[in-house]
Amino acid sequence: MNTAAFIVIAILTLAGALAAASLKKLIHAALCLVAAFIGIAAFFFLLGAEFVGLVQIFVYVGAVAVLIVFTILLTHREDESTAGFNWTGVIIALAVFGGLTWTILQTPALSITPPPIEALTVKRIGEVLMTDYVWPLQCVGLLLTAALIGGLILVKEDR
Amino acid sequence: MTPTLQTFLIVSAALFSIGLLAALSRQHAIFVLIGIEMMLAAANLNFIAFWRFGSQPQSPTGVMVAIFSIAIAAAEAAVGLALVIAVYRHYRTTNVTKLDQLKG
Repeated sequence: MNTAAFIVIAILTLAGALAAASLKKLIHAALCLVAAFIGIAAFFFLLGAEFVGLVQIFVYVGAVAVLIVFTILLTHREDESTAGFNWTGVIIALAVFGGLTWTILQTPALSITPPPIEALTVKRIGEVLMTDYVWPLQCVGLLLTAALIGGLILVKEDR
Repeated sequence: MTPTLQTFLIVSAALFSIGLLAALSRQHAIFVLIGIEMMLAAANLNFIAFWRFGSQPQSPTGVMVAIFSIAIAAAEAAVGLALVIAVYRHYRTTNVTKLDQLKG
């Protein structure tokens, strides 16, 4: 695993995430969120899970981020500012980060280097999806259908 | 110095905290949803990092959980954004501090 690649991807992802959390204009935040998602997909590629990286780009960048941009388009008002900021949230986020990092650094079993693994092929993922994980697959299909119908009902015009 | 599992987990924890920051400290409803999506993506990174550094022989469990988690996050984002649109249509505001009809 390449250290330079890890550092570059980490800087891209964390800078994009910070920008998405703190920028004033919504559309800029949504575009920085896209950069953060692409950084996370690059992490997946670095870790050897290429299929999940591509699914991340398809679903998060191609569906979730586009949905966010459409909602910004539909709920935009000129006179309402999005600049409200609550500083207790910053303190809580810093406390959570401190707690998690302290816990991670306290565990010596986590400071291991990547073992060599065989590549996980899409053929293997397809086999596993159809044999061991067929019930979660059907449930996720049902969930997506229900979410789609629910979303449509929520935004339907009352006539 | 190759990156260890600890560095991946710290990056994922930082992403989670930044998502928590966006969800807790912004007043616009869409920023809250952006924060929630970022938290879910950080959890997926955690799953894949543990899968990669896991025991031999490799089972694809971590990858499967991450794939299903991405699908569920997309469904939840769709419903959440539909809710934001519906609320905007009724109250003409997306400021979460102004939605206090249920306040005692």
